[in-house]
Formats: sequence, C-alpha cells, structure tokens
Amino acid sequence: MQTTEILVIGGGPAGLSAALEAASLGADVTVLDSDLKLGGQLIKQTHKFFGSKAEYAGTRGFEIANFLFDEIEKYKTLGKLKVFTNTTATGYYKEDGVVSYMVGEEKYGRIKPQKLVFATGAQERLIPFVNNDMPGVYGAGAIQTLMNVYGIVPGEKVLMIGAGNIGLIVSYQLMQAGIKIAGIVEAMPKIGGYWVHAAKIRRLGVPIYLQHTIKEALGNNVVEGAVIQEVNNCFQPVGDPMEVECDTICLAVGLTPTCELLWSAGCEMKFVPQLCGYVARRDPMMRTSHPDIWVAGDAAGIEEASAAMVEGRIAGLSAVASLNHVSQETFYDRSAEYHQRLENLRAGEVGEKIRSGLSCVCCKQWG
Amino acid sequence: MSIKLIKDHPILDFGHEEKKMVTFTFDNKEMKGFEDDPIAAALHANGIQVYRITPKTERPRGFFCAIGKCSSCFMIVDGVPNVRTCVTPLKAGMKVETQKGRGVLKSEEGEER
Repeated sequence: MQTTEILVIGGGPAGLSAALEAASLGADVTVLDSDLKLGGQLIKQTHKFFGSKAEYAGTRGFEIANFLFDEIEKYKTLGKLKVFTNTTATGYYKEDGVVSYMVGEEKYGRIKPQKLVFATGAQERLIPFVNNDMPGVYGAGAIQTLMNVYGIVPGEKVLMIGAGNIGLIVSYQLMQAGIKIAGIVEAMPKIGGYWVHAAKIRRLGVPIYLQHTIKEALGNNVVEGAVIQEVNNCFQPVGDPMEVECDTICLAVGLTPTCELLWSAGCEMKFVPQLCGYVARRDPMMRTSHPDIWVAGDAAGIEEASAAMVEGRIAGLSAVASLNHVSQETFYDRSAEYHQRLENLRAGEVGEKIRSGLSCVCCKQWG
Repeated sequence: MSIKLIKDHPILDFGHEEKKMVTFTFDNKEMKGFEDDPIAAALHANGIQVYRITPKTERPRGFFCAIGKCSSCFMIVDGVPNVRTCVTPLKAGMKVETQKGRGVLKSEEGEER
C-alpha cells in the first residue's frame, strides 16, 4: 500500500495551499483531486480579487491558480509532492487510517497517510421547483466550467436564480462570453452580493427581479423557458406567475460544504447555518476533533477563495508541526502571520456572518 | 452540427486552435470534440443535453454539477455504465451512449435485471 506523510484531499485553493505549505517545510505530501484539472473553482474565476497584496488583490482568480501551479511544479520536481488528478477519495477507514480512492471510474487504490487535510470543497444547492431536474438547469459552477474552463457555450439565453455574489459574477461572466441573460431572480427583498457587481449588470440592462422565485422550468426534454413568481416577505406568492424566455436556468442559490469523509472519520460535526451546513469543529490551527485530521476551505464552511488559501496554509503548517518537522520559531511566526491575514479578510461588516459562524465551531484547543 | 464554442472573450484564451480534435460516437452518431475535455462538455458543445433516463420515473437528466458529485451525468462509455462524464476525459473513438435505467455491469450481463 502507498504511504505518505501528509495526504491532502482536494486540489482547490485550500488544498493546494495546504500542500505547498507542508512541502515548503520539508514534508512528503500527496494531493488527490477528483477533477481532471487542479485548482478547484479558482480556475473558473475571471474577476479580480479584493483584499491586500498578500491575498493577490487585483489579480484574477485563474491567474492566482497559475501562481499556485508554478509552485506545485517546483515541489514536484524536488520530489516532495505528488499530485493525482481524476482521483476521487472514496472513503476513510478510521480503524487503520487508510484512505481508499478511485482513479477514473474503474481503478481503485489505497493510501495510508500519517496526517490528513480534508479540503474537499463544496457542492451546489438545489431549490425545489417543477422540473428542477431537467437538462438545462445547471449549477453556477457547472456553467463556469463549461464557459470559462472549456470555452463552450452553455446556452443562448440564461435565467439566473440568485443575486448573491456568485449569481452576479456568473451573470457578468456570461455576458462577457457573449451570452444573453434573461434576468436575475432573487427571493430576498435586496441583492445579496456586492453592489459593485450588481451595478455592472444593471448598467447593461439586465432585469433583477427581487422578491421573485422560480416556479417551474418549461420544456419537454430540455429547458425551453421558465415561470417565475413574485413573493411577499413570508415567501408566499403574490400576483400572477410570469413566463420568461430562456433555454438555460442557472442555479446560484448557495453551496454546502462537502463533508462525507469528515463524517466517516468520526470528526465532531456541527450544523452552522452561517457556514452553510454541517462543518467539523476545529481549533484555531484547523485541526478537527480527530488528532490526525485537519480541514480547510469551503469544506470547513462556505467562505471565499482568499480565506480558503490562508486556512490551507494554517492546516498544512499545523499538520507538519505535528510530525515535528517545524522549529517552534517558524511555527509561531507563520501562524501569527496567517491568523493576522485571516482576521483582515474577515474584518468589518462583510465578515460578520463568517465570524459568528466560526464562533460556533472553533474551540481554543482540544482537551 | 457545428460545435458551439466561445470565440471571442475579453479575458480568457481557451487555446481551442492548439487542442487536438478527435472523433467519438454518441448513440452511434459520429461527433467531434477536443481530446481530454470532459465527455459531458464535448457533448454539450455538440448540442446534446440529455445524458441519461432515470430508472423509475424515466425522466431525462443531463449536466448539473460538473465536479463529479451529483451523478446527473451518468452515461455508458465504452460499455461501462454509471460513468461520471463530467470528470471523464474524452478519447478518440470513444463509444458514448445514453444510459437508460441503472445500467448493467459487464460481469452481470445475462443475469436477470
């Protein structure tokens, strides 16, 4: 059976950062990713990031991914890092700490790590409406994959469901790719995302239907239209439903952490609405209740890529430190820097929800 | 049918010109797509949106999450059922078929379904 000092599950922003941190400290690291390409959602993001220089402010998401890839290549060449794409972790066996995985669809394998970082990301939420399973109803991540990674037209005219940051950003991206937006539907009485994104879209004449929901996808085998409905403050229908012309319905109604492996490992879990689902309890170094398992990124609670990358660094640092590979000085210096960066990212009004969510799952230290 | 690609983009360069175009079949119809793109993406570019028919209610399903997590895009590829086509790379000569129902493993062919 294969072995590794540190196994990172998930090669998105959090996982790659954890792997780089661990490799930079001399650990032997293996990364598994289920996708064909590394980078998770980062490679689909064309907008420029906010924050400070340390968080790549002003740089587009996919360009940040390229910086990470360059570093990954460096450690691969040094023989400290192995990366497997198209490889899905399928189970964690707590009896012996073995991880089983699947390469492609039919090849299976096992690996026994000393320490694990779960950076498994998130999955798209679905909302109930008639025909929500019809081809043409796609998650926002899937639309981004088609158009931003593979350059394939996802549809001619898209109805966006959700006016949070993802709904707004993906609408703008669709327009950049020359695709029409039929409108943006949002059940809440106000736009959830940043005004700067909403304003760009409004200026281009796209209607944003606040206090509206989708009632039905129309079509025989594939989406040929949609029915939307105004709702009141109690989300009850008001007035007549309205038909919207579209051939694609994009769901940007939120994400939920991917946490199956954390459950199988027996990590203490808690449902935290502010973090969008069940998440593992953790200490400030992202260590879960299982002493060999760390968590980072969206799997630890839905946030954004900048924070995910810093969390990954923290998890990687702490995992290597637990193997006694790190001097105390390096550990304290890096830890202090990363926690300061996280604090900056989560400061102010925009970080309020995250801060309150984290206060429900963070413990000072495991007893 | 022509392949629906994004031609001009203000930020991204997809490098479509440098990619290798291969031929595959979907339900015995010949199609073209880029080698190593996900099968589901190649089908979508060819205008194909229905990838399987569900076992009980016989409803059409297609692309949904694109990250191998939702099982909406399961198809039969080279005789293997339940292939996550959103994370399986396209190869020349692949035989891709709409999956009807749960699919049958080669080892259990001939057994009662």
